[in-house]
Amino acid sequence: MNEMSPDGYTTEDGRKIGGVVMEMRNITLRFGGVVAIKDISFDIREGEIRAIIGPNGAGKSSMLNVISGFYHPQEGEVWYRGARRPAMKPFQVARQGIARTFQNIALFDGMTVLDNIMTGRLNHMSASFIDQALWWGKAQREEVKNRRVAEEVIDFLEIQNIRKTPVGRLPYGLKKRVELARALVAEPSILLLDEPMAGMNVEEKEDMSRFILDVNDEFGTTIALIEHDMGVVMDLSDRVVVMDYGKKIGDGTPDEVRNNPDVIDAYLGVAHD
Amino acid sequence: MFYREAGDFKTTYAKDNQTFPIAFDRYRYYFVLFMAIGIVPFVINDYWANAILLPFLIYAIAAIGLNILTGYCGQVSLGTGGFMAVGAYTSYKLMTAFPGLDMVTITLLSGFMTAIVGVMFGLPSLRIKGFYLAVATLAAQFFLVWLFNKVPWFYNYSASGQINAPERTMFGMAVTGPNAESWVKYLFCLAFVFVLAWIARNLTRGSIGRQWMAIRDMDIAAEIIGVNPLKAKLTAFAVSSFYVGISGALLFTVYLGAVEVGEAYGITKSFLVLFMIIIGGLGSIFGAFAGAAFMVLLPVLLRNILTDGMGWDTALATHFEFVIVGAMIMIFLIVEPHGLARLWALAKEKLRLWPFPH
Repeated sequence: MNEMSPDGYTTEDGRKIGGVVMEMRNITLRFGGVVAIKDISFDIREGEIRAIIGPNGAGKSSMLNVISGFYHPQEGEVWYRGARRPAMKPFQVARQGIARTFQNIALFDGMTVLDNIMTGRLNHMSASFIDQALWWGKAQREEVKNRRVAEEVIDFLEIQNIRKTPVGRLPYGLKKRVELARALVAEPSILLLDEPMAGMNVEEKEDMSRFILDVNDEFGTTIALIEHDMGVVMDLSDRVVVMDYGKKIGDGTPDEVRNNPDVIDAYLGVAHD
Repeated sequence: MFYREAGDFKTTYAKDNQTFPIAFDRYRYYFVLFMAIGIVPFVINDYWANAILLPFLIYAIAAIGLNILTGYCGQVSLGTGGFMAVGAYTSYKLMTAFPGLDMVTITLLSGFMTAIVGVMFGLPSLRIKGFYLAVATLAAQFFLVWLFNKVPWFYNYSASGQINAPERTMFGMAVTGPNAESWVKYLFCLAFVFVLAWIARNLTRGSIGRQWMAIRDMDIAAEIIGVNPLKAKLTAFAVSSFYVGISGALLFTVYLGAVEVGEAYGITKSFLVLFMIIIGGLGSIFGAFAGAAFMVLLPVLLRNILTDGMGWDTALATHFEFVIVGAMIMIFLIVEPHGLARLWALAKEKLRLWPFPH
């Protein structure tokens, strides 16, 4: 593993990666007697694409749920931007600039694509109740201003033609894209993607990979993603955390992880004793 | 041919976002408004006001209120009757305690009082959902009716246990009481309906409305993008109860005049308003109007057909009316579970492309 300075490092393709934005310190998460995550520590740096991989049931999604505030670990600390994060509700985490998508699409089916995306702008809207009730002043201005941002994301993800379609009517691949749009429009500083390519065909995967790289490149968004497709993970990510049975068994660049004997064991299957 | 979007280009986001994006719809809306304000008050008579227009307007307010809670925010409530009673009793207490207060203030204050009560009974929604919440609101229904029956202070210790609306005037004309003219009562209710429907539309198309709908469609995802579920649900309860309270107050002060709580605001009222929004269409302001019109008009229509048209005995017709209304509700739920609003939307979609099928 290359030496990490606190200020960051430069990737092979010349992108500058900054300092640590989020750090997980000795996280342990239990559900009753089941230990989902056992004493895991890793960090996420500004502007990098960080992947979390591992076989089924390794605790990857639980880890993401810890980051986004759904689960509160029994032990360990989450550090965000140099400060320890107290136990927070998910909506408070969202307000700190952490957005995410879900493994099983979690869109608002009864609303149009545009409304779904506009809901993602929630934390940038502050018109008072009275203003909104009367559709007056700030409420109206804000709606237009945020619509402009939403439209930029719609352009970026190439979903202009479906903006007024109810989400329930869309095919799977597009739904995934709309969900990415909803997370992206919040202008998050960290974007968590839970299996963004699950169930997609090759072409859709290529599109999604391109969008992820573009998001990282154009907006400088830090991305943490869980993915099963090894080819995609190794191509996209700057650094990879490997989990198995709730433990961290590898951490480093894709090349390092690929040659890590523990990781090979976990994926090719060696009897656990 | 005139029902087209083609050629009607929207050049700003504000224009794209308006309530009636198609020109024809806008004109139709202005026409309805013109009829309601400019024509109806001059031709209205007691029969039309009491049998159709007043109940339609008053129930439309309640239906919009319940639709905000159930249709937009996804929280089922069976306490509508009880909350209407809160509005009615608040207005009664205010009318008798402060004879100088004008009716608009009284009605609004009744709405605010109901909003407070609604938020209190909405607190369980933070923990429980669906059927269980429905049962909790059912408890509110029975508790509130019991309370207004049991505590004599609410009906000013009157011997009958009823409450009677004293006469109150606005601009020198009686709005409540036996001497109120039907056109005055109609305009009074219409003003409330117009303003409240407009506010409901504004709330549901903006940030608050999207938070409500997000909670309805998927509460976990809503929370993850920053919706505070406590705030979203409680504002929905507050706004909804405000509407329902105003509706209950108007039903008592303007329409009925005298009320016995168990009879006027019983569980049947909760179901009536719930049927209105289910038949009209959940999550649609238009649906609330359509549902209210349907549930008010259908019995009147049936009564006219059965007794006048077919010469049936009045008692028989009344009972048969229940059967038919019940059957129609069931048929409706099976054939079009999304209600009249969906039928209306489908018709408009077809009309847009007419005469081409695709």
